[in-house]
Parts: sequence; C-alpha cells; structure tokens
Amino acid sequence: MSDIRDDRAGVADPPDDDPKLYADTVRERVGTDIVAQQAAREEDHEHEFRQTPGLTVGLGEVPRQASLWGDAWRQLRRRPVFIISASLIVILVIISLFPALFATHDPRECNLIDSLLRPSSEHWFGTDLQGCDYYSRTIYGTRVSISIGIIVVFFSTIIAMIGGSIAGYFGGMMDSIIGRITDIWFVIPTILGGIVILSLVRTRGIMNVSLVLIVLGWATMLRLVRSSVLAVKANDYVDAARAMGASNSRMIIRHILPNAMAPVIIVAAINIGVVIAAEAALSFLGVGLQLPAISWGLMISTAQQRIITAPYLLVFPGIFLSVTVFSFILMGDALRDALDPKLR
Amino acid sequence: MSETRTVTQSVNKQQGEPILKVRNLKKYFNITKGIVFKKTVGVVKAVDDVSFDLYPGESLGLVGESGCGKTTTARTILRLEEPTAGEAYFQGDDIFAMSKSELRDLRGEITVIFQDPYASLNPRMTVGDIIAEPWSIHGGVPRKNRKNRTQELLEVVGLNPNNVSRYPHQFSGGQRQRIGIARALAVDPKTIICDEPVSALDVSVQAQVVNLLKDIQKEFGVSYLFIAHDLAVVRHIVDRVAVMYLGKIVETGDEFDVYDHAGHPYTEALLSAVPVPDPVGREGRKRIMLEGDVPSPTNPPSGCHFRTRCWKAQPKCAEEEPALIERGHGHPVACHFPDYEFSRGAPSSTT
Repeated sequence: MSDIRDDRAGVADPPDDDPKLYADTVRERVGTDIVAQQAAREEDHEHEFRQTPGLTVGLGEVPRQASLWGDAWRQLRRRPVFIISASLIVILVIISLFPALFATHDPRECNLIDSLLRPSSEHWFGTDLQGCDYYSRTIYGTRVSISIGIIVVFFSTIIAMIGGSIAGYFGGMMDSIIGRITDIWFVIPTILGGIVILSLVRTRGIMNVSLVLIVLGWATMLRLVRSSVLAVKANDYVDAARAMGASNSRMIIRHILPNAMAPVIIVAAINIGVVIAAEAALSFLGVGLQLPAISWGLMISTAQQRIITAPYLLVFPGIFLSVTVFSFILMGDALRDALDPKLR
Repeated sequence: MSETRTVTQSVNKQQGEPILKVRNLKKYFNITKGIVFKKTVGVVKAVDDVSFDLYPGESLGLVGESGCGKTTTARTILRLEEPTAGEAYFQGDDIFAMSKSELRDLRGEITVIFQDPYASLNPRMTVGDIIAEPWSIHGGVPRKNRKNRTQELLEVVGLNPNNVSRYPHQFSGGQRQRIGIARALAVDPKTIICDEPVSALDVSVQAQVVNLLKDIQKEFGVSYLFIAHDLAVVRHIVDRVAVMYLGKIVETGDEFDVYDHAGHPYTEALLSAVPVPDPVGREGRKRIMLEGDVPSPTNPPSGCHFRTRCWKAQPKCAEEEPALIERGHGHPVACHFPDYEFSRGAPSSTT
C-alpha cells in the first residue's frame, strides 16, 4: 500500500498541482492506453486515500527518510554531550579571536611588586613571578592553543585527503608506494619526533611548532581517508559516473570525497584536542614555544618550579587545557555516535 | 500479440547497419594468489565468446541466471572492464581501440540505467545536479538552460518538475529509478544499456517503469540492451532475446521465436519458471525444475556447459560443445538435441 502511495506521490504530486490536470498531461504526452489506465487508477487510489484520515498526511510531502547529516543534526541537537562540547568550543573560539574582551589586564604589562600574588578580586587567578595578571595570560594563551590545533588539523587533513584519495582511488602501484611511506611514518612517535626535530630549531614560533606537528600527524589521517575512499568507491553511483564518462578528478571531487568525509570529520575533531595537548606537552618539555610567547604549555612548565608555594599557577592553565582538549574529544565522540548508523 | 505482427516488426527494425556489433567477446578474470608475487591459480570465464548485434531503435534482451555474465558483457562494451578478447563496434567504430576522449564521447552515446536505484544515485547531490551531470561532462546544454531541461526531463519520466532541488533519499525506489532514467536520457543517447532496471523494484512499480521505458523508446528512438533475469518482464519490451548460460549465449532469436518456440532446454526451464497468474492455465502446465546450481565458471563442464543440469544430456553433450547455429527453429540454438515439440502457454502479457 505504501509503495503505491509513494510512487504516485511523484507521478502526480497532489497537494502542489491539480492531480487531474497532471494526469491529463501524462496521458496526452505519452498517449498509451496503459499509462492512461494507470493514471486513472491512480486517481481512484487518491480518492481512497483522501477519504481515509491519517493517510492523507504527508502525501505530497516527501517521506522523512534518513539523510546522513540531516539525521545526525536532529540527533545531535538533543544530545547534552554535544550541546556542552559545542558551546565550550564556541566560547573558546570567541576567546581566542577576541581575548581583549575577556582579559582584565594587559598580559604583558607586569609589575614586579605584584609578584606571586594569590588569587584576589583584582587578580582573579593571581599573578606570576614577574607580577603579570595570570587570568589575562591564561585568556591570551587560548589563542595559541586553538590556532595550533586548527592549523595542524586543517593541513594534515588536506595532506591526508590528497594522499588518501590517490591511494584509495587509483590503487595498485600508487597505493603501495603511499602505503609504505605511511607505514614508515607511523613508526615515529609524535612527541619524541617533535622533541628531536624541534630541538634542532633555534627559534620556535607557532608556525614552526605547527609545521612539525603537521609533518608528524598526517599518517593516521591518511590511512583513514584511504579506507573511507575504498568503501565509497565500491558504490554504484561511482560506477554510474564512470559510465557517464566522468574524469577521475570529477569522480573523486564530486562523488567520492563528499561521501567519504564523515569519519574524517569525526577524527579531525578529536585530533584538534590531541594536537593542543601535544603542543602543551612540547612547550612543557621546553622544545615548544619560547618565551615571551604566551601559551598554556609554557605557563604549566614555569609553574612546576613553584608547585608548593603557588599551586594555582599550575592549576588554572591546566584546567583550561583539559577543558579544551576534553571538549574537542567529546565533540568527536558525539559526531561519531550521530554519524554512525550502526550505533543508532 | 499475433505472429505476423511480431515478425514484421522485427524485420523492420533489423534493417540497416547494426548500431552495436559485438563479436566473440571474451572477458576472463584471473584468480590470483599471493600479495607481492601474484600467481594465477584459476580463470573465471565470465563472458566466453559472445556475439550479437543491436539495431537502431530495437530492444535486445539479454537473459540468464545471476552470474551468467550478462552484466559483465554490458560493462565490457562500455570499457568499464577491459575485454580479454573479441571485438565491439559502435556505429562502426572499434570500441576496444578507442582513446580516452573517444571513450568519453562513447559514454555519451551509450548510457546506462543501473539495477539498484538506491545505490546508483549519489546521496549528496540533488536530483537536478544528478540529471545535469552528463552535461557538465559532455556539454550540449548551456549552463543557463540546464534547469529548464532538467525539469523537462523530470516530466518526461513522470516526476514532478518541482523536485529538482530534492535529494534522492526523499524518493521511493520507483521514483529513484525514474531519476536514473532521466539521467540516462539527458545526453540524447543512441543506445541505453538497461542493467536489470526493474528487478530491484516492487512488482507493481516494475510495470510502470517498463511502460515508461517503452514510451521513451517510441519517443526518442533509442535502442535498448535490456539485461534481466526475469523472462516475463523482458517480454514486454524486447524485440529479440539472447539467453545466456555460463558466459555463453545458448539461444537467440526474436521475441516470438524464443518465447513460443524455445529450442534450448535451458530456455524451456527459464520459461517454465515464469509464474502464470491464471489458475486454469496453470493446471496442465509443464514445470521444469532445474537441479543444482550453476556450475563454477572456473571449471565449467566439458562440452555443453548446461549438460550437468540437463534432463536430455547424452554422451555427445560431454564430448562436443554445441555451436550456436540454426537447427530448424528459425533461430540459432546451441544444443545438440533441441526440442521441436515443446510448446507452452505464453507468459501472460500483462504484468
């Protein structure tokens, strides 16, 4: 019954057009008895449906069916995990874009008289050894973490998408070569590799640290893109595009990548958190950013020397770091739950 | 359908040069073992020496069980698979010698309607983009006219033209197949390969889609290579039929010949499997139950491939492979002992 209804909804879309008129045009155009009979039969069915309350609802409207992002959004909207992580991320991004709006002091205007003050109404998070307002420094540190996270994930995802789609789509020799390079890259541990490379560099700014993390971070992502491309490639619509004469680039860009992106986006969200933690770790170890840069990693690193006398110096940037990393990972988790139909 | 009408029809349609000529087409798949040093351990003869002609404006049915090589034949003609051997000509041009750009043009002349309407439309593209995509590849319709043309095509296939901005998942199976048909029609092809276009659809919708395909043929004069496993569905649309078994054509002829004067036992078996909706006609009907499965194409039986399931098999069948030649039926049959008396109620002409 529902099948008849569905198909008819397309043959003559009753609420939009006059169904009789439409059936007439079908009859005229096609000019065969069979179709005319069909149209007539469809009209009859329509009256049946019209008279049955409940069945008329959504007749012309498209039946609400599964669309990956539509469904995901509908599900995400109701998930507290997503709402919490998304609002935290939005707040953090706003902070990193406009730190002056949130800071109470200029983070570089320090007064040695105020050295190592405890948290108070004037200095919410206290002050550090140089007498700088610690709250304002923490706020300004957000920008470094968020921008390194986004830069690194953005560029390593692009590398992964290019390499992964070439390997997955063309296969064969290309796949073997890219696959072996990825395997070798996998062997290098991110933090250790970062220490080795960064200790050779004299000046280390956001760009240098990001570059090292990109170089060390694309391999996992590439494998993911490759496997996702392989899965999408087997679909009929890719074959259909090839049978249509589409070029390789058109098939990859228009047909494969848009359908292979869901898992990539999930892992990218999680990776932002991981990268932020890695930057903090490198800065803590003394091979990341250098003073006078303001970064949570550096602040934690300096604070460890005074952990007994001024523990708040460690606690506040630590909380910011953890919350940031945590919200990106939660976001990735929420996306995975929403985008993976098997978990639904 | 009367006998005379069918015959004259097919005679008319087969005049002139065939638009698609396939000769001794072979497609073997090697089964390899090992990752680095690949060793061939077997060969699947998916398509083994298939020849046929397709004339402009006619429909040729390619029928057989799953795995008999129908789809591989079609894919090889479009060079979606590279052939192992054989020749294919489209309007006299050698398909297997075509360059990349010639091949792209070919794929604008021969288009495909796929079996699974749920899988053959990109879920991330709107209906309008799906139907307009062939123009982005082959040109033909300037960008500003595309929306109008798309809406016209939607109307041709019986969908509401306002649907252009909707996504495929918002449609039912039958409607999606109509979208697929509109896409195949977009570039004004000369030939459309219909790869089981209705077998994934509900029976009630099948008839609608088959009728639509017939009407389109009348209006646009395209020729169809119609692949199917259901002989009853095929009968409504084809002028000629080729029955395939294990990579080979075992019987071919015009629709009337094959359906009402089948010579090959395999065709008989397929025909007897068509359900008859009339309980009275069903009574005296001879049902042939084939035993066993299709033999493995890696190791097909010697001689006639069908002999392992054939109730008429004789020693000769194992020794000598029957050629596809005329054996007194008016159409070629690949069987040493074709049935001359076999006749049965024709499958009902209303589905």
